[in-house]
Formats: sequence, C-alpha cells, structure tokens
Amino acid sequence: MKYVDEYRDGARAAEIAEAIAREVRPDRSYAFMEFCGGHTHAISRYGIEDLLPANVRMIHGPGCPVCVLPVGRIDDAIRLARRPEVTLVTYGDLMRVPSSKGGSLLKAKAAGADIRMVYSSLDAVKIAEKEPDREVVFFAIGFETTTPPTAVALKIAMEKGLENFSIFCNHVLTPVAMRTILDTPAAPGEPPIAIEGFVGPAHVSTIIGMEPYREFAEQYRKPVVIAGFEPLDVMQAILMLIRQVNEQRAEVENQYIRAVTRAGNVTAQTLCEDVFELRDEFEWRGLGVVPKSALKLRDAFAFYDAEKRFAVETVAAADNPACECGPILRGQKKPADCRLFGTACTPETPMGACMVSSEGACAAHWTYGRFREHQKGAEKAPLRRAS
Amino acid sequence: MCLAIPALVTAVLPDAQAKISLDGVVKTISVALVADVVPGDYVIVHVGHALSKIDPEEAERTLALIAEIGTGHSNAEVAA
Repeated sequence: MKYVDEYRDGARAAEIAEAIAREVRPDRSYAFMEFCGGHTHAISRYGIEDLLPANVRMIHGPGCPVCVLPVGRIDDAIRLARRPEVTLVTYGDLMRVPSSKGGSLLKAKAAGADIRMVYSSLDAVKIAEKEPDREVVFFAIGFETTTPPTAVALKIAMEKGLENFSIFCNHVLTPVAMRTILDTPAAPGEPPIAIEGFVGPAHVSTIIGMEPYREFAEQYRKPVVIAGFEPLDVMQAILMLIRQVNEQRAEVENQYIRAVTRAGNVTAQTLCEDVFELRDEFEWRGLGVVPKSALKLRDAFAFYDAEKRFAVETVAAADNPACECGPILRGQKKPADCRLFGTACTPETPMGACMVSSEGACAAHWTYGRFREHQKGAEKAPLRRAS
Repeated sequence: MCLAIPALVTAVLPDAQAKISLDGVVKTISVALVADVVPGDYVIVHVGHALSKIDPEEAERTLALIAEIGTGHSNAEVAA
C-alpha cells in the first residue's frame, strides 16, 4: 500500500514522541484541538494520546459532518423520504443518526420509505436517470470536502436534463465553526476552552488551501498546522504546534504537503462559488445557530433545490436532554463525562450523533479508548520504543 | 465518510472518470475536480471523487523530515 504504511511506522512514531517529550516545557501545559473527525479517529485508533506527555492534551473538535447536523434537518429528511413520490438518496453514515421522537432514516426505511444509501453523489444522479418517475432527492451533507462532489452531481444532472433530481443541501463551513468555538464563552458551570492551537483538517484543506486559516494565526494568535490523517502526520503536526507555542509563533503551517497546496483546489472552489451561496444562518448540533456558516443553492439553481421544491420548513428539535454531544463537540467535555456513554448510548444504539459516525468523539473513544478509563488517576506509562 | 486513503489510478475513462485500485479493489470515480490525472497517479478520493493528487516528491520530503526528527535535529522546513 503506497502512501499509507510509510506513515504508520511505529518506530518512527516513538521517535517523534521522544522529540515531543524532549521539547515540551515541564512548567506548562499544552491544549490543541484537532478540528476534524478524521484526526479524532486516527488519534484514538493509533493510541496517539498515550504517546504524548501528560501535559499535552488533545481536545476533540466538531469536525464530523454527521455529528454537527441538527436533529431538525434529519427530521426534514425523514419527512421528505415519507412522501410517496420521493426517493431519498443518502450517504450511509446518516442512516442511524437519531431524529426527534427516537426515529432515524433506517427506521423510516424499515417502515417503507424509499431511502437508498450511496457511496458517491454521482450514484444519486444515476438513480434519477434510471427512474424518471421518481423524485430523487440527494441528502447532501458535509464540510468543504463533500461540497464540490455535490456541485459536480448537480452540473451532470443539468447536462442530462434530469428534472426529477434535487438537492437537500446541508453543506457547512470549517473556518466559521473554528471561529465560533474560539468566540463562544463557556456556559455558566462549564469549564472554559483553552485551545492553544489547531491541527488543521486534511481533506478540507486539499480544497480550501491554507489561506482561510490565516485569521486564526493573525487575529487570534493561534497556530494552525494542517495535517494528514496517518498517525505520523498527526504526531509531526503536534510537534510542530508545540514548537510554535514554545517559540511564541502563531503561523499557518502545512504538514500535509503531499496533498495540500497553498491555494487549494481552485477548480473545486470555482465550481462551488458558481453553485452555492452563504445561508444567513444555520443550526449546528453543539454550536447552536451560527450566522453565515452553511451553504445553499444559488437562485439560478432554485429548480434543483429540494427545500424549495418540497417547501421544507425546518423545525428546530431538541437533542436528548441527557446527551452531552453539545459540550463534547465544543471540546468542553469528554465522552466519558456523559452519563449515557457506554450504557444507553453505544455505536449499536446511539443516542447522540457523536456515537453514530466512526469519526465522532464518542464512537472513537468507545472503540479504541475505553481501556484508558481504567488508568484514570494512574501515572502515564513511560514511553517505550515500539518494537 | 471522511476516512479516505490514497488510491492508485489505473485507467482514465471518458466523461471525467477514472478507474482506481485500492489494494486490488477496483472502483470507478470522478476526476472532474482534478486536472491531468494519468494512470500511475495516486489521488485522494472522497465520496467517489478525486479531490487532489499526491505529490510523490513532497511525500518523500515529509518522510525525510520525520526521519530527521528521530535524529534530534529540529531544522524542519515546512511551508509556512
């Protein structure tokens, strides 16, 4: 496997861990947020937290598109799917996200709604082409990585003259969410978030490049290091963040030079600019209503906008009151702080979105991190070179 | 939905599509977002679309920088 195994070398990871241990200052602590669920998954899966000194803390951010989609929009999708003429086409991750009243797309499908899982946005176009008597609605979600594929699908559907294809658009923006986390004061009784730097998203950055992160370095004085998803990438990025903090620098650095360029993917940016515009506001699970944080189809494409075609009226719905997804997504609490974690809420029966997606903080902790609970209070094991 | 790994392009097809191989698993993906893809390239694939090409030289440079960390030098040059 090329470009994978080389970046999963345990001996190299131990060397980076030693360098980190050498370079951290013992008289201070470090707290970095990995914004992206892909990094959360890698950190849990490869036990990266165990390779870090006790005074380096990783805070899991809200960069998991399934996790931040609010209950109200899942309810909308289920209502759309229940219409007899509609075929709702969705990415698989969304099938088990809890809706209000204990429903989900999976349960709606079991009850007879025509809901189909696809791997690619283009599969949705193919279904519309094959079944001209069905109203095919593509449930489009995700950050800047999945937005261009939605735009490509729309353009192809238009070229093919498919009038039975529409998009239920829920695309959201990474930099706005990062800014919201930094700008949101802690709620009364909640610990403040002390983020000193960000591990920047890998694949989002292949699209948007490095420029959108500059405000975090320049205005907020927070270092950002864009990192790949492999364990050595994450380790190297953490070392780069520690060096920036130690040297009192706040810059946007790119560890993921093999895939991310300064300008990003200009073809994708141009296409998205043509198809989408900013929404005035959008609700995020865990962050609440955030102005100018999400995209909708431009008026020129109104014909393909499922919200207009089916007069979707989103009703905000509360999360399960016992679910701590909100503070967990904001980095204020850890999965194990939630009383539902591991009892009522597991990947088999998720109560909140952080447990649904493998990139969610709770699912990652459930799958790879629970043994650490038994070490609570115990000293971190000394670093051992991987054999 | 965001866990993607680099895939090898094995053939370029009409209509901005390409065949990729992931350890022998073959899929057809869209390359509408990435210009000039040729067989032998590695691409990052997300939900059926190539988002960017892997730059082999930069990939080597990252590994060299990581190896350098192990030797205790800290003169890493990165794009800042």
